[in-house]
Amino acid sequence: MFILIRMTSYLVLGSLIFILGFIIMKGYPAISWEFISEMPMNEMTQGGILPAILGTLYLMIGSALVSIPIGIITAIYLTEYASRPGLVKVIRLGVSNLAGVPSVVFGLFGLALFVVFLDFGTSIIAGSLTLGVLNLPVIIRSTEEALMTVPVTYREASLSLGATRAQTIFRIVLPSALPGVLTGVMLSLGRAAGETAPIMFTAASYYAPDLPDSIFSEVMALPYHIYVMATAGTHIQETRHLQYGTAIILILLVLLLNSIGLVLRYRFRKRLKG
Amino acid sequence: MGIKKSSLAGNASSLIIEKIFEKLVLVIGLTCLFVLLLIMIFLFGEGIPLFSDVSLSDFLLGSQWYPTSGNPRFGIMPLITASVAVTLLASAFAVPLSLAIAVYLAELASPRVREIVKPAIEIIASIPSVIIGFFGMVAVAPFLQRQFNIDTGLNLFNAALMLAFMAVPTIASISEDAISSVPVSLKEASYALGANRWETIFHITIPAALSGIWTAVILGISRVIGETMVVLMVAGGAAIMPDSLFDPVRPLTSNIAAEMAEAPVGGSHYHALFAIGIILFVITFFFNIIADYLSSKYKFKGS
Repeated sequence: MFILIRMTSYLVLGSLIFILGFIIMKGYPAISWEFISEMPMNEMTQGGILPAILGTLYLMIGSALVSIPIGIITAIYLTEYASRPGLVKVIRLGVSNLAGVPSVVFGLFGLALFVVFLDFGTSIIAGSLTLGVLNLPVIIRSTEEALMTVPVTYREASLSLGATRAQTIFRIVLPSALPGVLTGVMLSLGRAAGETAPIMFTAASYYAPDLPDSIFSEVMALPYHIYVMATAGTHIQETRHLQYGTAIILILLVLLLNSIGLVLRYRFRKRLKG
Repeated sequence: MGIKKSSLAGNASSLIIEKIFEKLVLVIGLTCLFVLLLIMIFLFGEGIPLFSDVSLSDFLLGSQWYPTSGNPRFGIMPLITASVAVTLLASAFAVPLSLAIAVYLAELASPRVREIVKPAIEIIASIPSVIIGFFGMVAVAPFLQRQFNIDTGLNLFNAALMLAFMAVPTIASISEDAISSVPVSLKEASYALGANRWETIFHITIPAALSGIWTAVILGISRVIGETMVVLMVAGGAAIMPDSLFDPVRPLTSNIAAEMAEAPVGGSHYHALFAIGIILFVITFFFNIIADYLSSKYKFKGS
């Protein structure tokens, strides 16, 4: 029975390796410098995926501008300022419920509020705001965890030297918690890069002949590009190699961000223990 | 925190800044609640108008989904059935797998193995759903089609397999936390009474961690219900009642994603898709409240 349990764990790990290996084996011939640096050509059956890479980067940056400041300050409120336990409880419940809202519902919300009601149209800004609120729980949770591990004695020492509460938070507490905060930032960037449903109706376009020129432009994005090329149009079979290639780029981007996040967290926890 | 406000800071202007900052932090701290409220306002605001055209029972129980025909029908029973079927089947795969991993990591694996397996499980959680959906389309679907000699590999079974893979990290890692937090004294007492490792795990440790395991399962299921890209790409997309595990289906989430682009803003179809959004929101909200309740009520304290 113990053997069965061990085999099950290896089975799941094996599937992970198989999935990644399968896509990499099929896709690596498509990868070249031209693939990541050129515009698509001939109705996207040839050429590169530069606009999709740039679009995803814009959405990552835009969503980070929303989620990082709001997320960190919310975590500061919860750990450093909150004096009413009832309110803290309600906010925490709000955070965990926000984390559970399906991504397609965030898409509907972004469509109704940012695209239609605020009239931003399908745009970088509408997609960034949607991904930004979707990522709030990610940042809040990891920042909160990081802030709570900073010893109370640090704060007491700072306050007793005459620093104000805000000075203590910005000069002492946040710097000590920085690796943990960065973990949240990396995980949220990875999520912004990989999510498809929230940007389908708020930011992404099937094909944009030009690179975006303002935050009110539609953009191509890596995950949406994979979805569209794999499911729509008349060239699904001919563009398979491009689909695999795009999938590799997206996997590399997301895995890179997540591994940085996980390494930072691992080191941070180790440092606190030791 | 129990730390007194500093009064040594000196001049009045810095105290004013301090006060302003404190208020600002409170206001921003409320953002999440504000966002949740906005989500509800806009979902209900855009979804409720459907019910001036269609009755709630026709919407929930109707078996025909023809949103764009001349005489449109907005019955979502086939979509609900698809979501429930895919979710149940995916859970049937994912829950035993995840519990095995959780037990392995918490009780059996050596620290060295754990340091490799744990991050690998977290990596699974980070893979974008569109990648899993893509793999389901290009690798799993042709395999199923050949193996079972069926019309299409894009079906309920394939979608459930892919969703199960995505749910494993959520269920496994939360269950593992629950199992690891069972006090050592309980296990020692069990060994002292002569129970072996196997008996201790199944009769003492797992029952003691059960509320945490339930939390994990509920959160995992909630994630499966809300997952969109995988079912959109892999489930086949037919809005009809499935007869077998190998029929193509169209769950609620994929229906929204597939049709929103073609639904004119403000029309009945548009409102109907938001009404489906309300259902998803309410279901996942409910599941999260239960999970939160379970995890806060039965936590081992100070072990």
